[in-house]
Amino acid sequence: MKYSALSLLTNAFSGHKKWPLQWPDATPKKSYDVIIVGGGGHGLGAAYYLARKHGITNVAVIEKGWLGGGNTGRNTTIIRSNYLYDESARIYDHAVDLWDGLSQEINYNVMFSKRGVLMLAHSVHDVQSFQRHIHANRLNGVDNNWLSAEEAKAFCPPLNISKDARYPILGAALQQRAGTARHDSVAWGYARAAAALGVDIIQNCAVTGIKRGANGAVEGVETERGFIGAKKIGVSAAGNSSVLMEMAGLRFPLESYPLQALVSEPVKPVMPCVVMSNSVHAYISQSDKGELVIGAGTDQYVSYSQRGALHIIEETLASICEIFPLFKRMRMLRSWGGVVDVTPDRSPILGKTPVPGLFVNCGWGTGGFKATPGAADLLAHTIAKDQPHPINAPYNLERFTGGRLIDEAAAAAVAH
Amino acid sequence: MTLHRKPEYGRVNRGKPINFSFDGKIYSAFDGDSLASALLAHGVHLVGRSFKYHRPRGFVAAGPEEPNALVTFDRGPGRVTPNVRATTLEVFDGLVAHSQNNWPSLTFDMGAVNDLFYMLFPAGFYNKTFMWPKSFWDRVYEPAIRKMAGLGPAPIDEDADIYASQYMHCETLIVGAGPAGIAAALAASEKPGRVILVDEQYEFGGSLLSTPNMVINDIPAWQWLEDSLAILKARENVTLLTRTTVIGYYHENFLGAVERITDHEKDLSSHKPRERLYKIRAGEVVLATGAIERPLVFQSNDRPGVMLASAAHTYLNRYGVVVGEKIALFTCHDSAYEVIFDLADAGISIAGVIDVRDQVSETIIAAAKARNIEILTGTIVSGTSGKFRVSSLRASKIEDGKITSTWEIACDCLLMCGGWTPSIHLFSHSKGSLKWREDLGAYIPDNPNENVISVGACNGTFGLRKIMTEGAGGSTEYQVNAGAFGSGIIPATFPTEGDPAKVKAFVDFQNDVTEKDINLAVREGLKSIEHVKRYTTTGMATDQGKTSNLNALQIAAKAVYKPVQQVGLTTFRPPYTPTTFGALVGGKDGHSFHVIRKTPMDGWAEDHGAVFEPVALWRRARYFPRDGEDMLAAVNRECLTTRCSLGIFDASTLGKVEVIGPDAAEFMNRMYTNPWLKLKPGSCRYGLMLGEDGYIMDDGVIGRLAENHFHVTTTTGGAPRVFRMMEDYRQTEWPELDVWLTSTTEQWAVIALNGPNARKLIEPFVEGIDLSEEKFPHMAVREGRICGVETRLFRVSFSGELGFEINVPAHYGRALWETLFIAGQKYDITPYGTETMHVLRAEKGFIIVGQDTDGTVTPMDVGMSWAIGKKKKDFVGKRSLSRPDIMAEGRKQLVGLLTDDPNIVLEEGAQLIANPEQSIPMDMIGHVTSSYWSATLNRSIALAMVKNGHALTESNVYIPMPGKIYKAQVSKCVFYDPNGERLNVI
Amino acid sequence: MLLIKCPYCQEDRPEIEFSYSGEAHIARPLNPDDLSDEEWAEYLFIRSNRRGLHHERWLHAHGCARFFNALRDTVSDKFELTYKMGEPKAQVKK
Repeated sequence: MKYSALSLLTNAFSGHKKWPLQWPDATPKKSYDVIIVGGGGHGLGAAYYLARKHGITNVAVIEKGWLGGGNTGRNTTIIRSNYLYDESARIYDHAVDLWDGLSQEINYNVMFSKRGVLMLAHSVHDVQSFQRHIHANRLNGVDNNWLSAEEAKAFCPPLNISKDARYPILGAALQQRAGTARHDSVAWGYARAAAALGVDIIQNCAVTGIKRGANGAVEGVETERGFIGAKKIGVSAAGNSSVLMEMAGLRFPLESYPLQALVSEPVKPVMPCVVMSNSVHAYISQSDKGELVIGAGTDQYVSYSQRGALHIIEETLASICEIFPLFKRMRMLRSWGGVVDVTPDRSPILGKTPVPGLFVNCGWGTGGFKATPGAADLLAHTIAKDQPHPINAPYNLERFTGGRLIDEAAAAAVAH
Repeated sequence: MTLHRKPEYGRVNRGKPINFSFDGKIYSAFDGDSLASALLAHGVHLVGRSFKYHRPRGFVAAGPEEPNALVTFDRGPGRVTPNVRATTLEVFDGLVAHSQNNWPSLTFDMGAVNDLFYMLFPAGFYNKTFMWPKSFWDRVYEPAIRKMAGLGPAPIDEDADIYASQYMHCETLIVGAGPAGIAAALAASEKPGRVILVDEQYEFGGSLLSTPNMVINDIPAWQWLEDSLAILKARENVTLLTRTTVIGYYHENFLGAVERITDHEKDLSSHKPRERLYKIRAGEVVLATGAIERPLVFQSNDRPGVMLASAAHTYLNRYGVVVGEKIALFTCHDSAYEVIFDLADAGISIAGVIDVRDQVSETIIAAAKARNIEILTGTIVSGTSGKFRVSSLRASKIEDGKITSTWEIACDCLLMCGGWTPSIHLFSHSKGSLKWREDLGAYIPDNPNENVISVGACNGTFGLRKIMTEGAGGSTEYQVNAGAFGSGIIPATFPTEGDPAKVKAFVDFQNDVTEKDINLAVREGLKSIEHVKRYTTTGMATDQGKTSNLNALQIAAKAVYKPVQQVGLTTFRPPYTPTTFGALVGGKDGHSFHVIRKTPMDGWAEDHGAVFEPVALWRRARYFPRDGEDMLAAVNRECLTTRCSLGIFDASTLGKVEVIGPDAAEFMNRMYTNPWLKLKPGSCRYGLMLGEDGYIMDDGVIGRLAENHFHVTTTTGGAPRVFRMMEDYRQTEWPELDVWLTSTTEQWAVIALNGPNARKLIEPFVEGIDLSEEKFPHMAVREGRICGVETRLFRVSFSGELGFEINVPAHYGRALWETLFIAGQKYDITPYGTETMHVLRAEKGFIIVGQDTDGTVTPMDVGMSWAIGKKKKDFVGKRSLSRPDIMAEGRKQLVGLLTDDPNIVLEEGAQLIANPEQSIPMDMIGHVTSSYWSATLNRSIALAMVKNGHALTESNVYIPMPGKIYKAQVSKCVFYDPNGERLNVI
Repeated sequence: MLLIKCPYCQEDRPEIEFSYSGEAHIARPLNPDDLSDEEWAEYLFIRSNRRGLHHERWLHAHGCARFFNALRDTVSDKFELTYKMGEPKAQVKK
């Protein structure tokens, strides 16, 4: 059933009793052409694009818990693409291109809201670094503009641009076509669209092993519900990528860290855009429901516990209140933790692995949500063609041997 | 004065009448009232509008679980708090509160039109529409949705209050001072360890405050409470914290708690913090957090006047407030009978008891009969009527799961009791496992993950005697007169009269989630409880589902025909109740947010009009404007004066490390790219440090003071990380090296003097060092005295001029600076800041790590192969330099740039292209890293990282800027005095 | 906030005194030049990232300033034990 205002009206008259399943709970078949491990936005999206763009519909998405229960449902939903390096700008801008129009394409409102992302500069060094981004983005055709402190304040009125602030705001980079989307809807929308094209969606089915044949190539996955065969397996299981790679006998350059986020109680509209500050370590937006959505930093140690720590929340809110003293009387409603896997250069690994038939999409660190449609599309492409798309070709595993790292964070290094 | 108070009931202080205002109207109250009890005393039930449908809402509860009665607490500018639960807001004289989420008024709210079109807003409706036309989402739909959403008002003014935080430690932390918690505290405090007893309410007692008729060990409950608290207060090892909510339970018995200090105080002139965050580390935690009564889910259960039975009990016994004149009860559990009997005994007319169960106990029947109360068994409430207050209910007889007859019963208040939900929030935060108790229809704690026990109702233990005995840990056997809790059933859902699709039976009151929303989610395949929660938003309102979660869970379980345990449980997430950002910031804001590091000469710079810039945690003087100069004019003057005569610069922020020991040289040899073994004592060398990945991490001048002793300097921002890395290698990789490291960054003040007159200036002040060119050449270091103070004197130059860096103990820094500055007047000495320092070094082509390099740059990239000890077998980062992509062609290399138009100063960060005839996306070959106006050269200069740049000398590159393209020629990096002759001032 | 026992100070101290320093028992090769690019990349970047008991290094940064090793469960975040640098790798009990 196509979703529309009309279908909503029609169903209202029949008491909403006729809405079909958004996706059926599939019983695993003996084998598939492709198995995607991980039912988050990235994995479900990959299954959708395999079916939609490459005609591969004999696909299963296997999820150990519930769809979107990992980082898809735990992040602060920021979407942007104003990255420095050509490789990064390309992959994230590809994602933003797909975000724009995704609701219509999959007939599911994911609420992609181009409300703009402001990145604050607090020092001369920040200004230089942001200018480098802005100039590179401009020549790459990526939207990103410099605002003075006053212009930033006009764009985002609650900002404190006092010169006396501990970290005064010297200006900001604005990407206008960046913004937010509704995280759960992305998982559900892709699931529904993929299922409609014939993809099997299997929840509550943890993968316990990856089976390889005599020639080393994958043959399928062992799961809680038995063996499921496939010649191609795509792993898209943020936070747990190392564990899954180890099942195939691979050791990866990844570490998993806890990442926290929080929301305030809902209030009437006050934050018109997303604001990020790398120097002060905080990011914030306001959801359509009225909650301030605030991101905290990663904790320092490797962990799979999804358990938060109070001192991280204290630091994060101190940062937020430094930039937005106005919000000091707001109240934290809920905080939670996710697990992100981080590579040495904090850029993802998206492509083939040394194991034939095994493909991976991991290492997005804290930036995975914004890449969702892009990563999904590129993973699908790589699986379907058995070779990476030019956009994700640089995001290979070999870069760690050769030294061609894509290190956005290093590029913003502070010294002198 | 008021109609709804019982004179002989309650704990409010009738000797202290006060007034408050709600929605502009003045009401009377007593000290000790909550806003809820005070309004109910005036018969005010309508206090708010719901989130989605803007339905009129009243009080459901009497405590922090309240989903409906949210108000804006208004203490004037900077002190407006939205979404405050009226049930926990203590009234003081002059309190002002407003209702929220309504326009133009609470009784006439335009938003209520949503309620008429409720069929268009089922769960997840926004996923299914607002997609066409595409551009309307940002411009039309979303702004409209945002305006509708949001509950309370957004802040307008900066918070006028202050906050505080502190750590606490104890052997036993007891959370909740109800009967179980007090019993636990009495038992725990007999032992020597520190005990902290915390309760969120303003007085201790928990449920005892609502049950004065109880008799504990032959003492009336309130007397027992008073006696027990007196005992606890008298014990030195006990800390009692009221108005303190434990918000979260973190690793290793670390809990956060927030105390509300001034929200209940009329007078704010004492400048006390508004709230205080306690960070408590406890040896053992005793959770005595009680249980929350559960609403029943039936048609129009959200009408003002419909409330939890336990709430009516509290309003009567604690506040002396009667919630209605003709009260009915709808229950599935014995516990509510105690409430209705208490109300009847208070002389209130009881409209009847509707009990969904077919049978109730003889004891209850007898007690009801004695009070002339009619009990209708096997009956449900299938609806209510009334505009802003319930005026009647519809009772329906149930047979075989179907309604067989229905009739109206008039009432002005309907109590409900759907059983009890143990408050396991904190136990769940601590990652303890839970188990399902079928008889309670609830989860209770199972295996703990921390050193914690749960006692009383939060552990699924009910009945006062059992609760208290469990609280005491078995050490005391309590006797009580009554308080048999009884039992009940958990019906989850009820049959309805008409079309279930038209029934609005609320599960989550605040978010307007109904039973049919949950069924819709399940029907659409969103069956996991997390999906149900996220799709319907049940349990996601500001009450975080305290009253609704288990109802939602059981409805979902019923809909998928599975036992509840298989549907799961949504995770409890801190905080327990919404927590003020300010309390969590706890005073670490403004200039306490991050320390500002200042050098010994900072005050002098401030006195002399310096403009500062932040560099890492430091603030550094950027330039010293005179007579209205702008930055460019000041920097031009500072540069020229320094080159022509003399400049003085505060270099104290540079990191400093003492490296001492027999293996000091070997250690340096391994840490830095350069060779150190043969460097003569008394000499300096520029040191380059790489990460193990081969990229430049830090640099600085390093002096060898003695065979076993190096004075290392680092960049300002890099100091902590360099020291840490050095310690890491020293301790863990090379423990065999006999060498010690000490960070001395703040022990030394460093004054850099540059310019041809530098030596002349210091000569008269220096003792014990021969400053002549022969005895003290460039790149030498000596120890001696200056102005009588011990000094390490470096002859180094980051400007290309004759230069000295004078290290003196930090507390002599300013005095020496002032002495030199006064003496330097005859040379027209100028103080200069970081900006001039940058220009002078750029004219000489010296890099700044972090500006010209960015963490992806090798020594070869910046033309510093010379800094690598060629004969060295190993040093940190060496192996990485021979990786294929590091050796490959086409890496970016550091070059100079000279614009064709010498007046154009390029923007730092501007991108370079080789061929100007191209369109976007362009092929960028590099970027400008440093760019300045050089007053000395009377033209602009720039440094840039350019692909294969070393081979491009004298070729042209282009810099496309908005609307124009600049042209520049690649040059060597050294723009001024390429042969370094200016260092040789005799 | 974790509670960590520094094996040098012999005290349980709060996490904010410490600094996590990555996986333990990855010794720097004695002769890096003898390693292939792959072997060197393995040393630099490959980590076990174990779900469960994990050998890791901590620095008592705001304390004795010493590095030490620990065995910690990455699922519960609980420390099994901490031990001094140079002491043998803690065995993981099966």
